[in-house]
Amino acid sequence: MGKKNKSVLVVGAGIAGIQASLDLAEMGLNVHLVEESPTIGGRMPQLDKTFPTNDCSMCILSPKMSECARHPNITVHTMANIDSIEGDPGNFNCKIIEKAKFVDPDKCVACGLCEEKCPVKIDDEFDMKLRKRKAISRYFLQSIPSEYTIDQEHCLYLTKGVCKICEKVCEANAIKYDDVDKEIELNVGAVIMATGIDAFNPIGFGHFGYKRFKNVVTSLEYERMLSASGPLGGHVVRASDKKEPKSLAFIQCVGSRDDSIDKNYCSSACCMFAIKQSIISKEHIKDMDISIFNMDIRAFGKDFDKYYEKSKSTYDVQYIRSKVSDISELSNGNLRLKYVLENGEIRFKEFEMVVLSIGLEARKNMQDFAAKMDIKLNKYNFCRSDGFAPLQTSREGIYVCGGMNGPKDIPESVVAASGAVANSVKFLEVERQDIKEEGTNEKNVIGDRPRIGTFVCHCGINIAGVVDVKNVAEYAANLPNVEHSEDVMYACSQDFLDLIKDRIKEHDLNRVVVAACTPRTHEPLFRETIAEVGLNPYLFEMANIRDQCSWAHMNEPEKATEKSKDLVEMGVAKARDLSPLKRLPIDIGPGALVIGAGLSGMTAALAVAAAGQKVYIVEQEKKSGGNLRKIFFQPDGKDPQKLLQDTIKKIEEHENIHLFTNTVIDKIIGYVGNFNTSIQNLETKECTNISHGAVIVATGANEHKTKEYQYGKSTRVVTQVEFEQMLLNKDFPHGKFKNVVMIQCVGSREEGRMYCSRVCCTKAIKNGLELKKIRQNVNIFICHRDIRTYGFREQYYTDLRDKGSVFIRYSPENKPKVELLDSTDPDSKLNVSAFDPILDREIIIDADLVVLSTAIDALEENDILAKMLKVPLNADGMFLEAHVKLRPVDFATEGVFVCGLAHGPKDIDESIAQSKAAASRALTFLSKKAILAEGTITEVDISKCSGCAYCVDVCAYSALEIDPEKEVVVVNDALCKGCGACVASCRCGALDLRGFSNRQLHSVFDALELT
Amino acid sequence: MEKEFIPRITSFVCKWCTYTGADLAGTSRLQYPTSIILLKVLCSSRIDPVFLIKSYLKGADGVLIGGCHPGDCHYETGNYHTRRRFKILTEIFSTLGLPKERLRLSWISASEGPKFAQVSNEFTDKIENLGPNNARENMFL
Repeated sequence: MGKKNKSVLVVGAGIAGIQASLDLAEMGLNVHLVEESPTIGGRMPQLDKTFPTNDCSMCILSPKMSECARHPNITVHTMANIDSIEGDPGNFNCKIIEKAKFVDPDKCVACGLCEEKCPVKIDDEFDMKLRKRKAISRYFLQSIPSEYTIDQEHCLYLTKGVCKICEKVCEANAIKYDDVDKEIELNVGAVIMATGIDAFNPIGFGHFGYKRFKNVVTSLEYERMLSASGPLGGHVVRASDKKEPKSLAFIQCVGSRDDSIDKNYCSSACCMFAIKQSIISKEHIKDMDISIFNMDIRAFGKDFDKYYEKSKSTYDVQYIRSKVSDISELSNGNLRLKYVLENGEIRFKEFEMVVLSIGLEARKNMQDFAAKMDIKLNKYNFCRSDGFAPLQTSREGIYVCGGMNGPKDIPESVVAASGAVANSVKFLEVERQDIKEEGTNEKNVIGDRPRIGTFVCHCGINIAGVVDVKNVAEYAANLPNVEHSEDVMYACSQDFLDLIKDRIKEHDLNRVVVAACTPRTHEPLFRETIAEVGLNPYLFEMANIRDQCSWAHMNEPEKATEKSKDLVEMGVAKARDLSPLKRLPIDIGPGALVIGAGLSGMTAALAVAAAGQKVYIVEQEKKSGGNLRKIFFQPDGKDPQKLLQDTIKKIEEHENIHLFTNTVIDKIIGYVGNFNTSIQNLETKECTNISHGAVIVATGANEHKTKEYQYGKSTRVVTQVEFEQMLLNKDFPHGKFKNVVMIQCVGSREEGRMYCSRVCCTKAIKNGLELKKIRQNVNIFICHRDIRTYGFREQYYTDLRDKGSVFIRYSPENKPKVELLDSTDPDSKLNVSAFDPILDREIIIDADLVVLSTAIDALEENDILAKMLKVPLNADGMFLEAHVKLRPVDFATEGVFVCGLAHGPKDIDESIAQSKAAASRALTFLSKKAILAEGTITEVDISKCSGCAYCVDVCAYSALEIDPEKEVVVVNDALCKGCGACVASCRCGALDLRGFSNRQLHSVFDALELT
Repeated sequence: MEKEFIPRITSFVCKWCTYTGADLAGTSRLQYPTSIILLKVLCSSRIDPVFLIKSYLKGADGVLIGGCHPGDCHYETGNYHTRRRFKILTEIFSTLGLPKERLRLSWISASEGPKFAQVSNEFTDKIENLGPNNARENMFL
């Protein structure tokens, strides 16, 4: 192994690259983030909304983009490509070529004059060529960095030597025609690749008429059409006659699951993408008829099925199982779809517009890139990685995340990014970092008259589509102490953040109110922004007029506007009384507690221990291994039991890992950096106390025990897990057998368990393939609702079909029926009857064995643990992460993380990636000696305190004590969490909560014009 | 014609559960009346009974308190204090000549967007039926 290094290279600045950079930077490492395009952000900025929460994509991304750009440990190189990587892990020498931008980033103020005057119009790639941009431009409105760049290929001066208009109009003298490419050399310890994916171009699919028929668009083009900041301003009209389409068809799997074009894989995200687009479309145009033409609907992620069901029940989206064979254009611009139903029937239907749900494919230049980097690709040109090492490339020290090694949605990319970071840590020097002192340049505002700046955000049309934003801003301008008020398009864009700083200086503002979205996601960003110009971060208040007004009162624009004014007024009232607060450091103790010693728990433990931290694993079973003990085959031929034995061995041999089996958690107290847990051995009853800085929840899940389909009544009905054991032993009860029926979704995707258990389709197919290896002549029938072999798993589905297995689709209203031939004999053979939509009739199978793909159930114990850790569970009893898209392994409670089946059903590779991600997230805390606590804590006015000690009893953290000499209460600042229970209990009015003081809250009331 | 009665309901909600639940109602585009005005506190236990009485005096037609489910409090036991205070407060309200029906406590978790919208709708309906708050005339202080 090479020497330990403090620098890392991250290639690609999409959401995966950004997440990886942030994690590394938080661990105190120096990150070089290299991005080919002129901005960081990747694909997410192009998306309007994200599934399944309909969060605005740009809104959730932009805080991360800004954080990335602001982070002192991250150097962003845009318009840069990696030229070569030489050397070994721990000591790579990388050469980077930063292309000429022709605009001096230090001088450009992004005023946009140059763009306005530039005479050259070219297709805008960001808007999928639906709009033109200029030869000097920035990639999109919220680009980071926000400076302009000149397109060398199209600039008149750079190509023909004429024009120079931009130079003339630029008042900042930022234009630099003689700019040249720069070569940068870096020495880094590890490399994380996140170069992303491309979208399939359907131009070759002549029968769909893309680019021939005006009203046929791709899903990415349609996404831009839906976007408020897109070329149509969020008002969807079709190209032929600029009219709102009243009917819309989505055609799925365009460029996916198609062996004829060498794409025999599922793009994983397009089903959900289409469902999302249909829901958003219905919000835009209420009476739109929407049909989604599909082979299967693959809503396999967490809470995806609920979203799918909602699209049917609430939005009346129609799902048509079919293959579209042809589209023809009618004289009125409408499109006539010819499609074949499952039973072979040919039908026609007319639509006003068609969206092609295009698949995801490897980046165009992957082969050259891979050759340069010396990494291997799979047969579809995605970066090759291993099922048990899903984040590793073929070259040691170079890791992969995001879509680069296979189609992924956003949370999976984020998980992979954090996971890749955990992998890279072994070649990097992670030291426990000291805290930086805060507020040294802070402006003293105490005693000054409040001078409030109010900013009201349009959020594209998210707010402005309902609320009269200008009106609200004008209203705010007239409120007492408001010195400045304005409306802005995107409050969170880098431009605006710069503007807010300018305004603070210009108007000498000492309080800022932003009326926009939720403080939960955006408050930290704005606070940091005002802190950059010397205002204490607590002199900031937010009014949530998006979630609470424009979205919750979509159909009542006038009332929503009035309510927005109220909320802004309340915000201003509170701002008036805000005072600067100091954030106190909290010491972070080292070490992590991992709950559960299944594959996820053990993998997370190893990853945390690799950074030199102590790890305690607690497992309630007698042996570690969890569900992995019951898995014997993988469809790619890998051996899960070898993985298990290797992992157990590493755990046993690791000096920093302590495994407690047959042990339960009795009590967890404390908070981030300072947890104290008592555990008890179930046999010896011996108790042990552990101090640790972080907690990783990896408690796993159970196989659902069903009562359906004669399970328990017939010895011939088994679960997939039981069947896998039989396959291992090659020992099947009842000897010879001919027909095996598998039934999918037993317990899943129905009332009580409205989620997809994700792994069962692949598991059934895997077991089918294993069975075919042993007993070639056995007939396999798989009764399913959709086959969800997402990603490269599609290949196994094709393989099993090629071996002659029969797939029978059933509907939940008409499930297959299993009957014993002799109901008195549990060993008797079975009759399975099911309706086959392909044959269009009922079929009866004489079954020797029925294998049930039962659901994955959340553990009942999750409830107790969730309460101990103060973290939430979702409606299905699985742990609920802080944010389904961008914080997939975190909880709102700091220092606690989740991975594996405890979070939701997932496969081995996904569990490995997620547990590494949880480890990496934990390390972002554990690698610090201290973090800064919130400033919102209790304070005492000892002149009023009577020493009654009521508050002492109320406090759950023992943060209050009576000073025996002075007989008044004293607050321990480090222990106080700021709940305010003591304040409300104080009978003397001696206690108050900083940031939520009595005076502030009363001011908020006073602002509320109630009568 | 009589002016349409639009109730005003001040809603004190904790940051961790109910405020997040309300955000979820928003992102899910669940519609509820504009009568609900949210006031964020860190924990429902911060809600001093004085705030509630003041709300009535200021003319609020209803007061909604939202917190984490029992056992789920981010601050361990905060919502238990809220629950006790609420119980006592409803008694005091009667003494003061205020209908305790105008006061509601609901446990709404971060994942319960639909419940937030439902409670908001139900409570608004109820207040609409009760009519405007005339606390200032009737209150015995």
